[in-house]
Amino acid sequence: MSFFLETLAGGLLAGVMYALVAIGFVLIYKASGVFNFAQGAMVLCAALTFVTLTERDVPFWLAGLITLAIMVTLAVAVERIVLRPLVNRSQITLFMATLGLSYVIEGGSQFVMGASVHELDLGLSDLPVAIGPIQLSSFDLVAALTAGALVLALWLFFERTRIGVSLRAVADDPQAALSIGIRLPVLWATVWAVAGFVALVAGLLWGARQGVQFSLTFVVLKALPVLIIGGFTSITGAIVGGLIVGAADALAEIYLGPLLGGSVSTWFAYALAVAFLLVRPAGLFGERAIERV
Amino acid sequence: MPRLSSALRSAALAASLIASSSLVPAAEAAEAATRSAKQYIPIATYRVGAYASSGTPVWGGTIDYLRYINEVEGGINGVKLVWEECETEWAVEKGVECYERLKGGREGSPAPLFLPHGDPISKALTEKSVADKIPLLTTGYGRTEAIDGRVFPYSFTVLFSFWSEASSAVNYIAEQVGGKDKLKGLKIATVYHDSPYGKETQVPLDLLAKTYGFENIQIAVPHPGNDQSAQWARIRQIKPDWVFLRGWGVMTPVAIKTAAKTGFPVDHIIGGIWSGSEEDVRPAGSVGKGYLAITPFPAGAEFGILKKIKAAIVDQGKSDLKDLKSFGSVYYNSGVIETIIAVEAIRTAQARFGHRPLNGEETQWGLEHLVLDEARLKELGADGLVQPLRLSAKDHEGGGAGKVLQWDGAKWTIVSNGWVKSDRELLLPVIYERAAAYAREKGITPRSEDTAEAGAK
Repeated sequence: MSFFLETLAGGLLAGVMYALVAIGFVLIYKASGVFNFAQGAMVLCAALTFVTLTERDVPFWLAGLITLAIMVTLAVAVERIVLRPLVNRSQITLFMATLGLSYVIEGGSQFVMGASVHELDLGLSDLPVAIGPIQLSSFDLVAALTAGALVLALWLFFERTRIGVSLRAVADDPQAALSIGIRLPVLWATVWAVAGFVALVAGLLWGARQGVQFSLTFVVLKALPVLIIGGFTSITGAIVGGLIVGAADALAEIYLGPLLGGSVSTWFAYALAVAFLLVRPAGLFGERAIERV
Repeated sequence: MPRLSSALRSAALAASLIASSSLVPAAEAAEAATRSAKQYIPIATYRVGAYASSGTPVWGGTIDYLRYINEVEGGINGVKLVWEECETEWAVEKGVECYERLKGGREGSPAPLFLPHGDPISKALTEKSVADKIPLLTTGYGRTEAIDGRVFPYSFTVLFSFWSEASSAVNYIAEQVGGKDKLKGLKIATVYHDSPYGKETQVPLDLLAKTYGFENIQIAVPHPGNDQSAQWARIRQIKPDWVFLRGWGVMTPVAIKTAAKTGFPVDHIIGGIWSGSEEDVRPAGSVGKGYLAITPFPAGAEFGILKKIKAAIVDQGKSDLKDLKSFGSVYYNSGVIETIIAVEAIRTAQARFGHRPLNGEETQWGLEHLVLDEARLKELGADGLVQPLRLSAKDHEGGGAGKVLQWDGAKWTIVSNGWVKSDRELLLPVIYERAAAYAREKGITPRSEDTAEAGAK
């Protein structure tokens, strides 16, 4: 039983790490109704910038601030150069723009900061901690707490601030929002900047776990089923979706993998996402699209 | 008549003099042309994309050695080298495209061989290379059955096949536990990248487990391997004595970190060839201390040839490396080792076909007659860096041994007593059987060794 609990808890904690990346997607989707393909590249860019600075003896906090400033600058540049010319274009046009953007950010980051692998030490130990009959990673526990704090901050931002309310209005109908005087460029730049901050947090935690390298962009592979299950428009959904994907992946790998003769976590999360799509197309917490015809 | 014959003789003499005087400059010109002709070397590289961090130091070693050959030795027997890179991003379709683009050679020089730099790419090119008669040189990767050159005449899985890698790892474990008879009853878990490359050691490990009586456990990690909590939870449950880690890219540091957080001793994990570089273990941080890896590419900058490259190329600011801390690393040295083999194969072929740019068929002969014994390796300054090699049509691997490295937190230290040999006498019959089965499936008539000996015309 303790092995089952340990696997489940390990999976849930791994799921929180996926949720951290998924939150970045949710932010952009809420503001523009677009699946931001460049989110993985933003995670790489943030982590690579941070580690490049700390390796040049820039203090930890200052490196964090400079990286954040760079991510905000990037957000403003994306709004000016990519999004503004595409206002009121179809969602697929915006999606393709983010696809192109991902190549630019990935290539640009590697061109400027190099393709080497970097160690990122956040000063958090990653040794086993015994909690009752089960062992958990102290690092994963800190990551879970960080994700919790982030969700709380973002919830406050979206629910309790004027900008948050405006963002929700823009997400519902950009043209109507523009007509009542909401400044779309400012909002888009703001939400991309917040997504950049989330990418920085995700990049630091994933970078500390696996090293800062190009494969950070791969973490988005698991964010997609998380979003389908949790819903594209809900931060809470991203967390719940992450927990479901993490736990299901871990349990399937342990109990189903040996029966099927190989690793199942490559496809299991996607199979689960398809099952959710059939039952709840908008995901657990997503907003159902209602269109008048 | 005598006058006529004398006149004819004079005319003939004059004609021969004219002809010979015109022949001398022609011969000189031909020799000069040969001297100025350069040997083209096509190289598939991945400097961008997911695996750029692994590739970049390799090309550093490759290009620095090519520059060393040109600048210090004046080329191979006077034939200077030119090379061309083609970016594959380690993707099969781009690798095949690069091969097609570069196989025709450049500036009058044919392509003597092709360095695919990617296990899936090398497998995709197996049949094309035979049709084009261009040898694929794959060091530390590639199709294991290609050791049988009678069936795979243009694939050269030189140095250390994946089967030898598995066998040498088991033999190292045997050394640690007090002999092969002590392997009986041990649990050895292989944590592998869930891909054809990762699965390549399943057959030999099964055979070795039956032979020596250890329990062979196989645990797959899906690509890219950035979360392995479930796999290492299984390890904790099974409690193996040793783990053989066959990763690629991010899978290795994540495995080391996850092993540490599940409490598995890192000094009982032996990484395979592609889990044994600085780039693999450095991101794992302090918990990587004690991690082992078996490799045909020993790390270190103290080998003779490395010192020569440093003096002639690196210290002169001519290195291809952007980050000089990679000098002497596993990946850098792998580039040097691979290029030493390529250059020596061309040199061997030149002894038969002449000191000029060679084509693939001629270089294939050179590869199949390559002998790098201790004496030659000493001359090159590569003793200790490259294992002694003797290739033939029946043996495209030649070596089959690796050294075991241990990470001390900052650098690799060689901890094995020299090269750890694999059980080639046990593995080769099975490899030949599999090659024969491949030949039957594809309708290939294996070359006889006499045909192979005759080589290029």
